[in-house]
Amino acid sequence: MKQHIRNSIVFLIGAGIVYAILAFLIETKILNDFYVQVLMIIGINIILACSLNLVIGFTGQLALGHAGFMSVGAYTAAVLTMNFHVPFLIAMICGGLMAAAFGLAIGIPTLRLKGDYLAITTLGFGEIIRVFIVNIDYLGGPRGLPGIEKHTNYTWVFVITVLSVLAIRFIINSSHGRAMISVREDEIAAEAMGINTTKYKVAAFAIAAFFAGIGGGLYAHLVRFVDPLTFNFLKSIDYVVFVVAGGMGSLTGSIVGATALTLLPEALRLLSLAKYRMLVYAVLLLILMLFRPQGLFGSKEISLKVFSGLGLKRAGGDK
Amino acid sequence: MELLQQLINGLALGSVYALIAIGYTMVYGIIKLINFAHGDIYMLGAYLGYFAVSTLHMSFIPALLTAMIGCAIIGMTVEKIAYKPLRNSARIVLLITAIAVSLIIEHGMATVLVGPNPRPFPAFFTQHNFMIGSLQIGNFQLINLSVAIILVLILQFIVYKTKTGKAMRATSFDMEAAQLMGININNIISVTFAIGSSLAGAAGVLVGMMYPRIDPYMGIMPGLKAFVAAVLGGIGVLPGAMLGGLLMGVAETLTKAFISTRLSDAIAFSILIIILIFRPAGLLGKVTREKV
Amino acid sequence: MVNGEVKKVPIMEVSNLTIRFGGLVAVSEFNVELYKNDLIGLIGPNGAGKTTVFNLLTGVYQPTEGEIKVEGSSVVGMKPYEITKKKIARTFQNIRLFKEMTVIDNVKMSYNFQIKYGYFDTILRTPKFFAKEEEITRRSLELLKVFKLDGKAYEKAKNLPYGEQRRLEIARAMAASPKLLLLDEPAAGMNPQETHDLMNLIHEIRDNFDLTILLIEHDMKLVMGICEKIVVLDYGKIIAKGTPDEIKNNPKVIEAYLGEEVTHA
Repeated sequence: MKQHIRNSIVFLIGAGIVYAILAFLIETKILNDFYVQVLMIIGINIILACSLNLVIGFTGQLALGHAGFMSVGAYTAAVLTMNFHVPFLIAMICGGLMAAAFGLAIGIPTLRLKGDYLAITTLGFGEIIRVFIVNIDYLGGPRGLPGIEKHTNYTWVFVITVLSVLAIRFIINSSHGRAMISVREDEIAAEAMGINTTKYKVAAFAIAAFFAGIGGGLYAHLVRFVDPLTFNFLKSIDYVVFVVAGGMGSLTGSIVGATALTLLPEALRLLSLAKYRMLVYAVLLLILMLFRPQGLFGSKEISLKVFSGLGLKRAGGDK
Repeated sequence: MELLQQLINGLALGSVYALIAIGYTMVYGIIKLINFAHGDIYMLGAYLGYFAVSTLHMSFIPALLTAMIGCAIIGMTVEKIAYKPLRNSARIVLLITAIAVSLIIEHGMATVLVGPNPRPFPAFFTQHNFMIGSLQIGNFQLINLSVAIILVLILQFIVYKTKTGKAMRATSFDMEAAQLMGININNIISVTFAIGSSLAGAAGVLVGMMYPRIDPYMGIMPGLKAFVAAVLGGIGVLPGAMLGGLLMGVAETLTKAFISTRLSDAIAFSILIIILIFRPAGLLGKVTREKV
Repeated sequence: MVNGEVKKVPIMEVSNLTIRFGGLVAVSEFNVELYKNDLIGLIGPNGAGKTTVFNLLTGVYQPTEGEIKVEGSSVVGMKPYEITKKKIARTFQNIRLFKEMTVIDNVKMSYNFQIKYGYFDTILRTPKFFAKEEEITRRSLELLKVFKLDGKAYEKAKNLPYGEQRRLEIARAMAASPKLLLLDEPAAGMNPQETHDLMNLIHEIRDNFDLTILLIEHDMKLVMGICEKIVVLDYGKIIAKGTPDEIKNNPKVIEAYLGEEVTHA
């Protein structure tokens, strides 16, 4: 366990240093508003990708409707801050909880299905959520909700991203996480070892939904406008791509994948190739699948073990 | 009588979905892949038809055949380049690949080849309506239904009365055993893609005829709904795909007519979800047990 | 059982167990009583339905007819994980280890329903979390020691040689603290030396852990060597029950195996 605590402390110190550097760059305007916005989107995408990885990569369930939960969180948080003047943090948490509730409601009947049926059903629910929002005028209907206050700033995003990734990592390195991984590895054997596989699938799903909702809340109060089309099936696919490209079963991969694939369209914009963004994106994806389907990191994480092999004794602690 | 009228409209729409759904189900039955790019083949069929008429001045049947053959070739090419190398990979890798191919086709068309703006599909015939009692049936719908029925009959013939069809059925049942029996599964898979894609291409031309606006993204929603139809009927089961397609068409049309236009998409998915929850293998599907 | 002795409640009592798959009757009228510390073998030609019986007993399949009672109460209709919680554990004919997990994590899985803590403890890393994890690790290592796998605790399960993988399967099942252990062909693919070691191991765990064991095997040397009673299955029906000596000379058993390659005892 000591190794574990040490890893986490190093992580937090590292995060603190990164934050200090960012704060410096931002406050002194070396990084202008545009870059700050991109960085914040990266943070949000990291939260979404890591949470989705919990379901797809670690529990092995192919869920395609993640953007739906993001929209639930976004709309809930937005309505609370705009119409009820709820403080930002509480509104976001409510958004996450609402998304988790949807996750439970959808997960319980759906997660009994397998493979491709599960995929199409979760996709279907994502679309149903979108259509519901389109039909509810209180939520702005098809025109969306404009005029959301800008509560999100880089500090909020940074702190929440770090905490979210840490929380997900903690869950993975626990008996719950092991149970989820065992579901991915061999459901029948897991059941034979006393694991209620449905319970863990639903748990992973609902937890992922919670974080997606938090991400949605951050997003809504950053871009100050939400509409149903923002959170459509293509956005869900975006997140699936982040996870698969980074490596299913690797949180490091999700972080790197989300970062790289969020920066990619911006890089293309700089090269005046903006209109080819989706095409380039898709071709890269195809090449990745053909030549390195396990993604960038496979199922490995960057850990301190990398440094311990310098002639010192073998690191034998838990990950 | 309004109901009957809408039912007929629904069947016409449903026959389009059925043609697309058949392609999905055939490919899934043989290599267990949800070919997300299939809806885009349908779109390409519409464009091929468009060019056949506006540039090459073909009439209906030659245009239809052009689209069908063109799509068959495109479908086989996609399979050779993107799916064949990954045949033994994990499901999700294949799924992502199919999504990538779909995006490439859509955005390739929109940004490189034809541009994102919708184009008007030129009319083959002038529209006539026939009256049977108080029911109005357009000639377009009749043509639609007849073409669909003819194609399905041809398909039935191929699948159940030819050696190739037998090989297809054997391969989808057990690929390894089929190989051991001397069946060249690479060819069979290519043929499957060719047939499925040509049917989708035909659907594209039929839709171009009925709803004269085509654009590079027109394949997304119909593709999704056709996939739902295939799953509804029991994925891998041919008659199921036809049944599912017709049901989806009818459900969507009735919803648009009697409930609300905006909800019609959600209804499609809701039906699917309800059916899958009670019959996890689809309406006509078989539950496969994992060997323990 | 001696006259006048109080009848013990069997650990597991199976009566008239039958399952039909469509038109095929895979198992019919299977019955057996397993008392504490019994070591019973289930044998029969390939396809006789032995693994199907295991799947029925562990809730993977639901019987069409018949009753399964664990210490007096019925478990028919229960899901596999619920039956495991009733202290029945099993191994699989084709090893079903969690390949990408480490050896010790494989074993830790079976403690999931025994040593528990909540998400609250997990996310906040409370002292309770560390204490429980410590306990799980400690007990897992102890168990691995019994199976001589503690040295490889942090290797990935897929990297173990075959014989050790089979041992790990058993160790993992043992971690569920079962009263009844169902072993499905534990000696498959083992050489004579490994089989001999396995026989000793089975005796050892039966005695040290107060177990009842039902095992499926094709290796007659092992079956005749350690089983006290044998049940013989053919085409889903029991054709003989008895001691090893009785079974060896039973004409029906010999006939069932005729034409099959039998590993001579």
